[in-house]
Amino acid sequence: MGCVSKLCRFSDMKLTVEFGGGLELLCNSVKIHNVNVELQNGAEKLTMKDLLSWIRNNLIKERPEMFMKGDTVRPGVLALVNDCDWELSGQLDTTLEEKDVVVFISTLHGG
Amino acid sequence: MEQSADVKAKKAGARLCCLCHQKKAALKRPKTLEQICRECFYEVFEEEIHQVIVENQLFKPGERIALGASGGKDSTVLAYVLSELNRRHNYGLDLFLLSVDEGITGYRDDSLETVKRNEIQYGLPLKIVSYKDLYGWTMDEIVKMIGLKNNCTFCGVFRRQALDRGAALLKVDKLATGHNADDIAETVLLNILRGDIARLSRCTSIVTGIYSPNAYRGFAREFIKDLERIRPRAILDIIKSGENFRISTSTKMPEQGTCERCGYISSQKWCKACVLLEGLNRGLPKLGIGRTRGLNNDDKKDTKKNNGTKSIESKQCGTLDF
Repeated sequence: MGCVSKLCRFSDMKLTVEFGGGLELLCNSVKIHNVNVELQNGAEKLTMKDLLSWIRNNLIKERPEMFMKGDTVRPGVLALVNDCDWELSGQLDTTLEEKDVVVFISTLHGG
Repeated sequence: MEQSADVKAKKAGARLCCLCHQKKAALKRPKTLEQICRECFYEVFEEEIHQVIVENQLFKPGERIALGASGGKDSTVLAYVLSELNRRHNYGLDLFLLSVDEGITGYRDDSLETVKRNEIQYGLPLKIVSYKDLYGWTMDEIVKMIGLKNNCTFCGVFRRQALDRGAALLKVDKLATGHNADDIAETVLLNILRGDIARLSRCTSIVTGIYSPNAYRGFAREFIKDLERIRPRAILDIIKSGENFRISTSTKMPEQGTCERCGYISSQKWCKACVLLEGLNRGLPKLGIGRTRGLNNDDKKDTKKNNGTKSIESKQCGTLDF
C-alpha cells in the first residue's frame, strides 16, 4: 500500500469512486467506493482508461453496457475528476493521482 | 515530498475559467465550448434564463405559477431557478410546487421525499395530486388490468392532464415544467421519425420507470448523446431545426377545441385521457391505444392531419415529464 521506498514506487493507488444518477444500481446500490487500484506491473501511472477497465472488472455487478460503451463511458454519463469535467483533463488520458475523487453521473435516467 | 510538489504543479497547470480568469475551470459548456468554473456557470445559466423570460414575456407581476415537480434533477433546477429569479428580479410571482403521484408502489417514495425537501428549501407550498383522486385508478391497478405492454400510454396521457387539473385546483395562471435540451432534441427527432418508431418499440433499452420496459425513447437518447460527442452543439442544432420545422410548415394546423366530456384541451371530440378512461371503466383497456379508432372515428380525417403536430405536446412516457 502506498509509498514503500524513497523511490516512491506505488504498488497500488487509493482513490474514491462515486456513482450517481442511477449508476449506483449497477454496483449493489453503493454510491461511494473507497478503492485501492493496483498498477499493472511496471506501469508508472494510472489513467482514466485503466481505471474504467478496473471498475468494469471490480465494481460493476450487472449490466456493464449501462455504464460503458467500447473502452469509454457511455454517452450521457458525466465523468468528473476532482470536481472537474474530465473533458478538461484529457478524458481517457487523464492521469490519476493518490486520493483523487472520480465521480460518474448518468444523465440518462430521466429528470 | 517530491510527490506533493508534483501534485501542486499539476493543479497550478489546470486551466482557468475563461470568464472570471480566477477560478479553475470545471466544465466545458457544450453550447459555447467555453471552459468555465462552477460559479460562472451558475451565473450565465441563470442570466440566460432570465433573458428568455423577459424577451418572451413569460410572466406578469402578480401571477400564480405552478411548477411541475417530480423530484428529479430538471424540476429541482426549475424550482430553484424560478424561485431565485423571482426574488432577484422582483417578478412578483406567487410560486407553487405541483406533484403527481401515479400510484406505483415504491416508485415515487424517494422522489416525493425530494419534492418535500424542495418545499422546505425554497419555501414553496406543495400540492400533490394522485391518479386515484383524479381518475379513480392507480397505475398499479391499471397495470393489473392491461399488463405491462401499453401502460406507458396511460401513464403519460394521465400525467399530462393531472398537471392541468392540479393547476386548476391551485387556481394558477400558468404551469411551468422543467425540461433539458436533451429531452427536447429527443422529442424533435422522435417526431421526425415517428413513422418508423413503432418497429423499434419492441426492443428493450434503458428502463425509465418500472412499468416502461419498452421505452423506445432510450434509442433516440443514445443517438443524440452519440451525436453530441462528435459535435457538442448537435443537441441545440436539432432543437433549432425543430423550431424552424414548425415555423415553416404551411399545413393547416388542427383547431384546438375542448373535450366534450371533461372540458380539457383536445383537438378531438374526447380527449385522449377520457378515451383511455372509458376503455378502463368498460373493461376494454385497448380502446384508444395505437391508431385512433372507436370513439373518435367520426373525424378520421382530422386524426390523420393531427398525427405529426400534436405529438410535441403529448409526452409518451415516465422519463421526461416535469
